[in-house]
Amino acid sequence: MFESFSTRIQGALQSLRGEVRLTPDHIEAALREIRLALLEADVNFKVVSAFIDRVRDRAMDQAVLKSLSPAQQVTKVVRDELLALFGDAEGGLRKDAPTPRVILLLGLQGSGKTTTSGKLGKWLTRQGRHPLMVSTDVRRPAAIEQLAVLGTKADIRVYSPETMDPVARAAGALAEAKAKGFDTVIVDTAGRLHIDDDLMNELQAIKDAVRPTDLLYVADAMTGNDAIKSAGEFNRRIGVTGVVLTKLDGDARGGAALSVVSVVGVPIAFVGSGERLEDLELFHPDRIVSRLLGMGDVLSLIEKAEQAIDQNDAEELEERLRKNQFTLDDFRNQLKTLKRMGPLESVLGMIPGLGNMKQLAENKPDEKQMGRIEAIISSMTAGERRDHTVINGSRRKRIAKGSGTTVEDVNRLLKQFTEMRRVLQMIGQGARPAAAVKGMRQPAMPQGGFAMPGKKRKKGGPWGLIKTR
Amino acid sequence: MGFLDRLREGLSRTKQQIVERFEQIVREADAPERRTTEINPDTVEALEELLLSADVGVPATERIVTAVRARARAGQGLRDLVKQEILSIFESVEPVPQPTARPHVVLIVGVNGTGKTTTVGKLANALKASGKDPLVCAADTFRAAAVEQLAVWAERAHVDLVRAKEGSDPASVVFDAIQVGKARGRDPILIDTAGRLHTRVNLMSELDKIRRVAARAAEGAPHEVLLVLDATVGQNGLTQAREFTSVAGVTGIVLTKLDGTAKGGVAVAIAHDLKVPIRYVGVGEGIDDLIPFSARDYVDALFQASW
Ligand SMILES: Nc1nc2c(ncn2[C@@H]2O[C@H](COP(=O)(O)OP(=O)(O)OP(=O)(O)O)[C@@H](O)[C@H]2O)c(=O)[nH]1
Ligand SMILES: Nc1nc2c(ncn2[C@@H]2O[C@H](COP(=O)(O)OP(=O)(O)O)[C@@H](O)[C@H]2O)c(=O)[nH]1
Ligand SMILES: [Mg+2]
Ligand SMILES: [Mg+2]
Repeated sequence: MFESFSTRIQGALQSLRGEVRLTPDHIEAALREIRLALLEADVNFKVVSAFIDRVRDRAMDQAVLKSLSPAQQVTKVVRDELLALFGDAEGGLRKDAPTPRVILLLGLQGSGKTTTSGKLGKWLTRQGRHPLMVSTDVRRPAAIEQLAVLGTKADIRVYSPETMDPVARAAGALAEAKAKGFDTVIVDTAGRLHIDDDLMNELQAIKDAVRPTDLLYVADAMTGNDAIKSAGEFNRRIGVTGVVLTKLDGDARGGAALSVVSVVGVPIAFVGSGERLEDLELFHPDRIVSRLLGMGDVLSLIEKAEQAIDQNDAEELEERLRKNQFTLDDFRNQLKTLKRMGPLESVLGMIPGLGNMKQLAENKPDEKQMGRIEAIISSMTAGERRDHTVINGSRRKRIAKGSGTTVEDVNRLLKQFTEMRRVLQMIGQGARPAAAVKGMRQPAMPQGGFAMPGKKRKKGGPWGLIKTR
Repeated sequence: MGFLDRLREGLSRTKQQIVERFEQIVREADAPERRTTEINPDTVEALEELLLSADVGVPATERIVTAVRARARAGQGLRDLVKQEILSIFESVEPVPQPTARPHVVLIVGVNGTGKTTTVGKLANALKASGKDPLVCAADTFRAAAVEQLAVWAERAHVDLVRAKEGSDPASVVFDAIQVGKARGRDPILIDTAGRLHTRVNLMSELDKIRRVAARAAEGAPHEVLLVLDATVGQNGLTQAREFTSVAGVTGIVLTKLDGTAKGGVAVAIAHDLKVPIRYVGVGEGIDDLIPFSARDYVDALFQASW
C-alpha cells in the first residue's frame, strides 16, 4: 500500500547518500520530497507541516549534520517521528471488559463495518471466545441478511429478532448473550454521515442501551482529507476507542490513518486486508512504519507464512535446500503455499526491499502467470520434476504442448528455476547472495524454513522467477 | 429542483469550513487597495492548503495556483480567477459520444463500498421516470446478500431484475441478462458488479471477461462503463480512475456521497490528469438522490459564499 510513499522518501534520502557532509540545503531538499510524498499519501496538510517541522528540528541538529552517515541519521529521525505519530499503543481490543464484552462498530457508509463484524467474530473465536452478532442496520437493503450470511460462513450465532428498532435489537442481543452464556456481543450498525443528527442520535441511543467497552470506528484506508472531519465528529459525539483501517490490501497509501491517529488521538486497533473472513490483522505501528520506509513487513510475513505452512514440510524443505536438492516439485509446493497466503500482491508488498522497487507495480507477477507455471510443472513426469536436468529439447516440446504453453515459456521457467536454486542454496548455507545485496536492504530471512528467494533482478519479476510482460 | 439546490440542500447541514476559509482568503486578496497588486505569497499558500485539503491533489493544485499567480489581475477578483481555472479544467474534458445501439448496455464498476448498487437502483428509477424501460442485472455474485440488496432496489424502481446464485460466474449472468433484455425489449440494461480493488489482477481480468461476454451478446456492449467513486476518497481515487479506465474502458464517473462533508476534489484531479468526464453525483441514500453533473454548478457550489 505504501510503495510509492516509501519510494519517494527513499529517493529523497538516497540523494543524500553520496554526501559526506550534509548542509541545511540538502536537508531542505529531502524534506520537500518527504512533504510531497506525505501530501500525496493523503496526510492532512497541517499534520504534514507539523511533521516536517519536527523532522527538520531534529535533522538540523549538529550531531546529525556532522555524523558520517547522515542519510541513515535522517532516516532514523523520519522513522522515529512516524512512530511517534502512530503512538506506541499495541492494537487489539481494550484490556478489561465486563462479561459479556460489547463491541460496537460504527462509521460512514460502505467503510466495511459489516464485513469487519464477521471478521472480528472469527478472530474472537480463534481466541477461544464465544461471540454473538447482531445487526442494527435496518436501513440499507439486505444489510441484516448480509450479516446473517457472514455468520453462517464463519459459524457464529447471529441474533435476529423480529423487531426493526435498532436500539431494541442491540439490547435484545445483550440480554440473549447474558442468558445463553455468550461472552462477547458484536453490534453492527448502519453506515451514517457524521452530520446526520437523527442517525447520530440513534447511535448514541444504541450506545446507551448496551454500554460497549470497545467502540471501533471503521475507516476506509482510501479516504482522503475528510477522514479527520468524520472520525473527529464520531469521536466527539459518540466516543471512539479504536480505529479499524479496512481495504489495506489495495495500494492506498493510508495517509489518512496517520492524520486520524494524530489529530483525533485514537489508536488503530485492527487492519482489514481483504474481503475474506480471515483478512483481519492486529495493528502494529512498528510494522507499518517499517513498511512506510520500505523495510518490509517481515513480521507480518512470518505470521502469514506460519499460518500457511506445515512446519514439518518446512523443515524438510530447509534440509533439501541445504543439500541443494530443491526440485521442481518443491517449487510447485511453494507456489501453492504462496496462494494460500492470500493475494500475491499483498504478500509481495511485505518482502524487504521490494517496497523499494519503483517498477513493482508493473512487475507484479499476475496470478495467471502463476497458473501457467503450475500448468507447466504439472505436465512434467515425476522423474522430470525430481531431476530437471533430464529435460531435453523433445521433452520441452512435449511439456509445452501438454500445458498449453510454448517451448519458450518452458525454457524460461527452467532457466529461472535453476537460477533460483542457485540463490536459494546460498541462502540455505547462510551465505548472502551477492546479487541480492545489491539494490536492496539486507533481507531478514523469515525463520521456520520458509524459503524466500532474496533476489531481484532488473528485468525479472520480483521473484526473479516470473517473467513479466 | 436543480443541481445547485439539491447540492445545497445536501450540504446545508454542516458548516463549511472550506468555504469560510476561502471567503477569508478572498476577502483579504480582493480588498480594493489590493485588487491591482500581485497576489501575495501568504494568499497563495493559503489557497494551496485549501485545495489540497479538498483532495484536489498536488498537480491540479499546482496548475490552479500557478495560473492564478501568473494572470494579470486587471481588477479581477481572486474568486473568479480560481473558479475560472477549475472550470477550464473540467471543460477540457471532451464529452463521450453516446452510441445509438439498442439495447444500450451500461456496466457499473468500482472498488468496494463506493455506492455501485445504490447508483444502479437510482439510475434505473430515473430512467424509468423518463419513459424508458430498463432492466437491471445483479452480477455481484461474490458479496454476501449483494443480490438481495439489488432486488430491493429493483422493486423500488419497478424494474425487472436478472439474478444468479451467489458464487456463480458473473459473466454468464451478464450474458443471460442481455438475452433476456433483448427478448423482452428492455432498454437500457444496467449491470451491477462486485466491488473490486484495482490492484487485484484476477478480479480486474474478470471485468475484462464480462466486457467480452457482453460484446458477444450485444454489438458494441458495454456501451457505457461508469466508475463509481466515493467523494471521501483521497488521491487513491486517481489511481482507481486510471486503472479502471485502462482495464474496463471507463467512459464516465459517478461521484457519490456528496451529501457528506467531503468535496470530492479528486474529481478535479481526474479531469485534470485523465480527462474522464463526471456524469452523475449522488447526494443521499434515497432513490431520487442522483443528479446529472454540471461542472459550472459544481464549481459554484465548491466556493459558494453560503450553501
Ligand atoms: N450518504 C450517502 N450514502 C450513499 C450514497 N450512495 C450510496 N450510499 C451508501 O453507501 C453504502 C454502500 O453502498 P452500496 O451501493 O452497497 O455500494 P457498493 O459499491 O455496491 O458496495 P459493494 O458492492 O459492497 O462494493 C450503502 O450504505 C449506501 O446506502 C450517497 O450518495 N450518499
Ligand atoms: N478489499 C477489501 N474489501 C473490503 C474490506 N473490508 C470490507 N470490504 C468490502 O467493502 C464493501 C463494503 O463493506 P460492508 O461491510 O458492506 O460495509 P458497511 O456498509 O460499512 O457495512 C464490501 O464490498 C466488502 O466486501 C477489506 O479489508 N478489503
Ligand atoms: Mg453494513
Ligand atoms: Mg454492491
